[in-house]
Amino acid sequence: MEKVGIIGVAQTKYQRYNPASHAELAYEVTCKALEDAGLTIDDIDNTITVCNDFWDGRTISSMAITEATGSHKSPTTNVEGDGTYGALMGLMRLLSGLHEITLVVAQSKISEGIPSVITNAMFDPIYERMLGLDAINSAALQMRSYMSKYGVTEEQCAKISVKNHKNAKANPYAHLSMDITVEDVLKSRVLADPIKLLDTSPISDGACAIIMARERTAKRKHGKPIWIKGVGHCADAYHLGDRDLAEVDALASAAKRAYNMAGIRRPLKQVHVAEVYDAFTYMELMWMEGLGFCDRGKAGAMVDSGLTEMNGALPVNPSGGVLSAHAVQVAGLARVAEAVLQLRGEAGGRQVDGASTALAHGIEGACGQGHCVFILGK
Amino acid sequence: MAVRSEELGNTGTLIYPSRIRLPYTWHVGKVGSRFYQEIRDNRRIFGTKCPKCEWVFVPPRETCPRCYRDMREWVELSDTGTLLTYTVTRYAVPGIQPQKPPFALGIIKLDGATSGLVHLLGEVNLNDISIGMRVKAVFREVRVGNYLDIKYFKPLRA
Amino acid sequence: MRRQVGIVGVGQTHHRSKNTDCNGQELISIAVKRALESAELTMADIDAIVVGNMDHFESINYVDMWSVDGSGGYMKPIMKVTTGGTTGSAIGHAGFYHAASGLFETVLVIGWEQNSESDTTAAISTCFDPITEREYSAGAIGPLAAHYTAYMTKYGATEEDAALVSVRDHNNAALYNGYAHLRQTITVEDVMKSAYISYPIKLLDICPRSDGACAVIFASERKAKKITDRPAWILGVGDCHILVHLADGIGLANLPSLEIAAHQAYEMAGITDPFNQIDVAELYIPASTAGVSWMEALGLCGEGGGPRLIRSGVTNMEGKLPINPSGGVLATNPIGATGLLRIGEAALQVMGKAEKKQVEGAKVAVATGFGGCFWSDVTVLSSLPRLD
Repeated sequence: MEKVGIIGVAQTKYQRYNPASHAELAYEVTCKALEDAGLTIDDIDNTITVCNDFWDGRTISSMAITEATGSHKSPTTNVEGDGTYGALMGLMRLLSGLHEITLVVAQSKISEGIPSVITNAMFDPIYERMLGLDAINSAALQMRSYMSKYGVTEEQCAKISVKNHKNAKANPYAHLSMDITVEDVLKSRVLADPIKLLDTSPISDGACAIIMARERTAKRKHGKPIWIKGVGHCADAYHLGDRDLAEVDALASAAKRAYNMAGIRRPLKQVHVAEVYDAFTYMELMWMEGLGFCDRGKAGAMVDSGLTEMNGALPVNPSGGVLSAHAVQVAGLARVAEAVLQLRGEAGGRQVDGASTALAHGIEGACGQGHCVFILGK
Repeated sequence: MAVRSEELGNTGTLIYPSRIRLPYTWHVGKVGSRFYQEIRDNRRIFGTKCPKCEWVFVPPRETCPRCYRDMREWVELSDTGTLLTYTVTRYAVPGIQPQKPPFALGIIKLDGATSGLVHLLGEVNLNDISIGMRVKAVFREVRVGNYLDIKYFKPLRA
Repeated sequence: MRRQVGIVGVGQTHHRSKNTDCNGQELISIAVKRALESAELTMADIDAIVVGNMDHFESINYVDMWSVDGSGGYMKPIMKVTTGGTTGSAIGHAGFYHAASGLFETVLVIGWEQNSESDTTAAISTCFDPITEREYSAGAIGPLAAHYTAYMTKYGATEEDAALVSVRDHNNAALYNGYAHLRQTITVEDVMKSAYISYPIKLLDICPRSDGACAVIFASERKAKKITDRPAWILGVGDCHILVHLADGIGLANLPSLEIAAHQAYEMAGITDPFNQIDVAELYIPASTAGVSWMEALGLCGEGGGPRLIRSGVTNMEGKLPINPSGGVLATNPIGATGLLRIGEAALQVMGKAEKKQVEGAKVAVATGFGGCFWSDVTVLSSLPRLD
């Protein structure tokens, strides 16, 4: 794969309610990304927006941010999915040789809608939608299944909440940073057993943008491009009953593609920092297994060992992850942005020292049906 | 139609409350229709079987999701099965829930099926549900031809 | 040296106003199976999938994930692209980029819509800004009507000119396209007598809403040559979303996005003289009026030259540059598929597989997409890997 570098990243502060409009939010993050890259909007020759009609409350939701992102000035398209998929589309457009510099913008104002109603719409209107399934109770079905199959405990899941909310204290963009204990998590209000309030991610407004360029342009325009070494995406079956919810085959397939491209054979050793999409605490454990950091069913033990803590051998979610800031559609792209900051050495208080290879991950659909994995390097 | 705007807290900005209200009539399709008609008229639950991987899917499908083969073989399934996983929803969401919370959902492997069926659990002690529990479908007295013609699955006492 | 990408298979459903005997998944799988069959491939040969539709028409969130049963996406890379009316052409371009990137070799692109499941105008109206536009929006037809009024005023075009476009497209569908939704033979008089929907657009000037799906298979050069002797090579792509607010576009007599997108695609393809270099066109004409006023944006005539072009008959099947042998959007409009159908139909033309719709000797085709807020996509296809 030809070298493509990320030369600009930006995020807004994630918060419960941002009074800016969709356009203002997109404009803010676009300007910041351009500034970070040392470019102007005229340097961008193609734009990918990441907008979802349900979350934005608008058909052809990309219309709301067209001018704000400059997509009226260059060839453009809109990916409806997590931001990592938008980054993938941007990458493909660069690899085609037809464009030089791509801007990818994702924004979210979940505060405008009722999340459970919007996630209920993921389910088949002919069948399961009538059951009142949404992101939370479907995740509960998965968490129970995973815990039961592999003996993972609620305590081990709770440790993820403790770790990530604490990590978030060093992240100026994070929505929810706090010092909590495992006991706090276990005592928090039960939403849908076994999922408790502190097992879930918040509802956040926010935006993220990245700018990518082909090798020659990346080197010319920017001192420290972060290279995309590998990428993969894959989807599992749709109906929850068609899947073994405790397994992560689709993620493993996506990761395998990305690792092969990047020449990674031993992820635990060769990946120095990982930003994964932990919409719920148990998901971080499952995704560790799908990414091959440990064998299936062994993530609980790995968490107990402290290996994924900030001072561990493979810090996972130094930013605080999605548990600390969940702007839907944005959060996967934010993982990419955080990974870039890590490799540039610009991650401030959340920096993992000496990281030269990072992994960023996004999910799509109910219970992580789809996955997209990026491997980035210096 | 009255258009409202509200001043929001101390932000100095306005919000505009509204709603998207769109009517829908979804096509169930031939396969789905037969599935529902059998439940409605005969209290029978059917799945379809893939000629290649031999998985039996419920709800039945026309095309095997795993092999992409056409599935023409209809298999009658038992109304009893085993609980694969469950949860109790303890929060309310306007407009989308079939019951007031708390209510239980589970994935049930019906005897004869390979895939699981997501459905409600009823007549059950919400604090005493377990994986591996044997359950049985309870049909509504008056059925209309949709997913909730099965009222819920209840524990099957030995 | 840019990677070549070709279309190797096309499939579509028989489009209808109500496909009540299949649900969305089943509709998709009909088109997919036909596309695979046309290329003599199986699902195992597909490396990646792109899906598109307009969410609020079927009210399904994360359609790419939902589609897996029907799209064959189980354990495959799959994503969704949606841009409103241009969705069909946007996903076509996405499929092209999947293969042109070198990351995937055989890419299945699926566009679909079950318009009968919802109230189309109400759903479209939700595309307008909720704070400044939505309360008074008039769906898609109002803006198109206002646009032609401006064109008529500026260039002396008439309603009869638009009627000629309607007659051409409807009759093509009736005579040549067994998949089309509307297959009616009509006359200019029929069009002129039909009721006004929004002046000057009348009932027979406007596209229907259809249930239907289309699937197109793109392949890298290496794979394409193995799959078929005559792929439809993608020589040029262009997309442009230049306008955002309703009011910005209404008074315009031309379509800037189409001009810009065409320029991008033509430059990439090496087209310098569109009228003479293009053999056949499948254009996204949602109202017959657009079939008059948008021709100059494609460089098929000079400014204001639309009426003369249409009246000359040169765009009819027996003319020099047939437009819409399939009947186009006026005959069939399953919105998420419509733009993809233009690409698929254009591909069939240069592959020599358009059957009754075939324009003899067609080697170079252009396909367009339209939607959103006066947005456009353009694709140039050819039976030749290069235009020399």
